[in-house]
Amino acid sequence: MKCTEFLKELTDYLDGRINENLRVELDEHLHWCHECHVVMNTTKKTIEIYRDNQIYELPEDLRNRLHQAIMSKCRKTKSEKTTSHE
Amino acid sequence: METIQKKAEEGITSELALVQAAKKGDLEAFSELVKRYDRNVFRIAQHITHNEEDAQDVVQDAFLKAYQNLEQFQGNSKFYTWLVRIAVNEALMRLRKRRNDRTVSLDEDVETEEGSIPREVAGWAPNPEQLYGTSELGDILKKTIQGLSPGFRTVFVLRDVEGLSTEETAEMLNLSIPAVKSRLLRARLQLRDRLAKYFKSKRGGDGQR
Repeated sequence: MKCTEFLKELTDYLDGRINENLRVELDEHLHWCHECHVVMNTTKKTIEIYRDNQIYELPEDLRNRLHQAIMSKCRKTKSEKTTSHE
Repeated sequence: METIQKKAEEGITSELALVQAAKKGDLEAFSELVKRYDRNVFRIAQHITHNEEDAQDVVQDAFLKAYQNLEQFQGNSKFYTWLVRIAVNEALMRLRKRRNDRTVSLDEDVETEEGSIPREVAGWAPNPEQLYGTSELGDILKKTIQGLSPGFRTVFVLRDVEGLSTEETAEMLNLSIPAVKSRLLRARLQLRDRLAKYFKSKRGGDGQR
């Protein structure tokens, strides 16, 4: 297996969505190819680091303000609908 | 990832019940739906727009649009999938406006195939989380993901940050499953290559074996 073939399957390999035969082939490639081993490990770390360090959390006070604004607009929509039906 | 999907499956019944109640005019039920998903919508919007003000507008407009069009929601997919689809479109619209650029779309594939071939093959050691403080690491992660084209970062955020399946992501973005997979691979490899600048082992070699 060539490195480019390994790379093509990397996403499914990391997601564990690969059939057994192909997985054995990929594992074998990883066993002797140092570069693909590094790429696989660091790609895995890339995913983990973005998943574990949420960089855009919604602060609670802003969350409350947004919630109030959304619900007030929804109430307005609801009352407009009710009026137009009458 | 399994836990997130399991949780999502467990929530299907009550989500449907809330949607049904909201359709009948129960605002409290809709308020529950907002509370359930506002953090996710905000994160997705921030990742696409890179602008907090725009992300706040996206959250408000996406939920309002969802409420106004609730009648059209057939229940064939999950409410969350439908909601994110609305939010992604709103976020892309704002990104276009800010850039004054009509060409911003999920089909924007500026990188060539060669762009996906890893250039950095040094290992990362020690663990990046030990190298940088939380806020410094956060800045690096933001700066790095901002360099990706909107089409790539949206797929990466839905799949790897929000933990959604390939199938759900395809449905949300109106893309084929192979298109989602190809973008995800390229997004992951590009991010990895860019992060290597900060994280690669200073002493050379793998450092991981």
